[in-house]
Amino acid sequence: MTPPPDSGLSGAPRRSIFAVEGGGGTLPSWAPYGAVAGSLVFCAAVLAALGWFTIALMLVFGALFSVLSIYAWSRAVEGRRRAKDRAVTMAIVASFGVAMAPLISLLYEVISRGAKGISWDFFTTTSRGVVGGGAAHAIVGTLVITGCAVVISVPIGIMAAIYMNEYGRGPLRRALTFFVDVMTGIPSIVAGLFAYALFELFFGPSIQLGIMGSIALSVLMIPIVIRSAEEVLKIVPNHLREAAYALGTPKWKTITKVVLPTAFAGLVTGVMLATARIIGETAPLLVTTGVVDSLNADPFQGRMQNLAVYAYNQYRSPGVMKQSAYDRAWAAALTLIVIVMILNVAARLVYRRYKTESR
Amino acid sequence: MEGRKLRKMFGSSTNPETDQAKPGTEEGRATMSPAGPVTETSSRPGGPDAASRRRAKTIVAREVNLYYGDFHAVENVNMTIEPNKVTALIGSSGCGKTTFLRSLNRMHELTPGASVKGDIELDGEDIYAAGVDPVAVRSLIGMVFQQPNPFPTMSIYDNVAAGLNFNARQVSKSDKDAIVEKSLRGAHLWEEVKDRLERPGSGLSGGQQQRLCIARATAVSPEVLLMDEPCSALDPVATLAIEDLIGELKKEYTIAIVTHNMQQAARASDNTAFFNLDESGKPGHLVEIGPTEEIFTKPKQKETEDYVSGRFG
Repeated sequence: MTPPPDSGLSGAPRRSIFAVEGGGGTLPSWAPYGAVAGSLVFCAAVLAALGWFTIALMLVFGALFSVLSIYAWSRAVEGRRRAKDRAVTMAIVASFGVAMAPLISLLYEVISRGAKGISWDFFTTTSRGVVGGGAAHAIVGTLVITGCAVVISVPIGIMAAIYMNEYGRGPLRRALTFFVDVMTGIPSIVAGLFAYALFELFFGPSIQLGIMGSIALSVLMIPIVIRSAEEVLKIVPNHLREAAYALGTPKWKTITKVVLPTAFAGLVTGVMLATARIIGETAPLLVTTGVVDSLNADPFQGRMQNLAVYAYNQYRSPGVMKQSAYDRAWAAALTLIVIVMILNVAARLVYRRYKTESR
Repeated sequence: MEGRKLRKMFGSSTNPETDQAKPGTEEGRATMSPAGPVTETSSRPGGPDAASRRRAKTIVAREVNLYYGDFHAVENVNMTIEPNKVTALIGSSGCGKTTFLRSLNRMHELTPGASVKGDIELDGEDIYAAGVDPVAVRSLIGMVFQQPNPFPTMSIYDNVAAGLNFNARQVSKSDKDAIVEKSLRGAHLWEEVKDRLERPGSGLSGGQQQRLCIARATAVSPEVLLMDEPCSALDPVATLAIEDLIGELKKEYTIAIVTHNMQQAARASDNTAFFNLDESGKPGHLVEIGPTEEIFTKPKQKETEDYVSGRFG
């Protein structure tokens, strides 16, 4: 299409809907993909020629080069404004790609290495009295310790968030917000030492119990739950609360029957993220739950193993068959990731079920 | 405990024992609605009293001053909101109509820093007296808001039954069904939603949602209904439906309605109160209140005449 001829009758310049600057052309629809592919190939070739080739370097330089090349190409064909648009779009997509790369690489590494250590025995046997063995005790320990931590943290966290969002006023509320912020930054080992010191007061030195680990994890989890629940409660529209009040509803019922159900999906998501955050903690559990080879499902009795500490231990003291110990460590990491994924899927299912129930 | 006391003090409406007397009036309303009498699904306890009108309660405001923190929002309002009549509150934006309306069922004080001076009486009982439970006051004086606000997690049925479910007294399933149907019929919504009561309330159109909110407000059997610009988010057809509904609701309730639409005030109200403020930042005050016809044809105050005739200031 060509712009219609300017009549030139009026003195003012005619404003056209057609692109005026640049060549007025358009790049083909595959141009962005072409630019990325070309840039990657080019960077790979150059890096290989220099002898510096690694996938990471290729991706980083390829991303940079994609932005530059699409800008230059579009500038030549489409003009400056479109070129800027394409360059910024490319930069955003490239940033996303760069951010995803380590994640995908990590997943790939864990799956490929962890698969070697996965076997039926890994899930069903402990390492009590055998060389190698399985991680059943660690899996059970992780589930029990994390489960107890969730049971402790969720009610406290959500009720604290309700206080802060629905009741709290003035300096007390501001102080609480401040301390919750401080608590989210606590190093996890400090939480472990706190729990240890707490129990040592009552049970004497070198006490190690599953529940101690749960309490240490709760110290880490509560502020995360409070923070996320508070954000979710904040976005429940105020007019819903007023509608409930106007029906003669007491405040606590307004909160339990209107505010919490409206925020339910967000609350579940927040709890899931907090759980995923603490389930892989190692340092506080090393201090509080100890290291043990046998199965123990009672958090109030004796030491308890968990997957993160198990993986750490397999690496630290692999014994004589080093490679199989390393494989088991990776398998433990893979199991941990799978548990987190199952939790996430479960949360989504709960969310969806809830949505259909209450419609 | 105060709430229970207040309820007793205030008579029948939210008292479980005397609820039995209700269906008489309900029947009256149902027969008047175009949808016809209540059908087989209802299992109302029988009530011999079939009066189509009941006397609702009067609100009297004396020397009411309202504040947001240090800001004096409304100054010295004295007015009577008559029973079984529609009282329209008109006036320019920011003159305190809505603030005054919200003080009538103690919603004003929910805003942090807000405070009230003066007396507001519901049939002679001061709703701001010491020991009065604001929750009980609100169950007697319901409110419909500017934006339709059905509870998003609840079905149409649960929205209407919300007030019953939230309040402490136990209501049997069959009574609840009857009340939901009666309220939806009263809000002229029953025919449109009777086949999808379990669907979410937020799936209805704006006008339907507003009628749902009116049904929700009437399901708890209040004495007074406060409406804060209930039609401002609706199209003219839905507005007309709500206005017709208001005309019918006044047979059972005392109604106060804030509106910016003067035709609406002229069409739908019996009494009109005109609020104004001298300048921005000064408190709003009541200029005059009187029968709607009088306010719109021969108001006593020049200010009122200027406002209702479209010459502002």
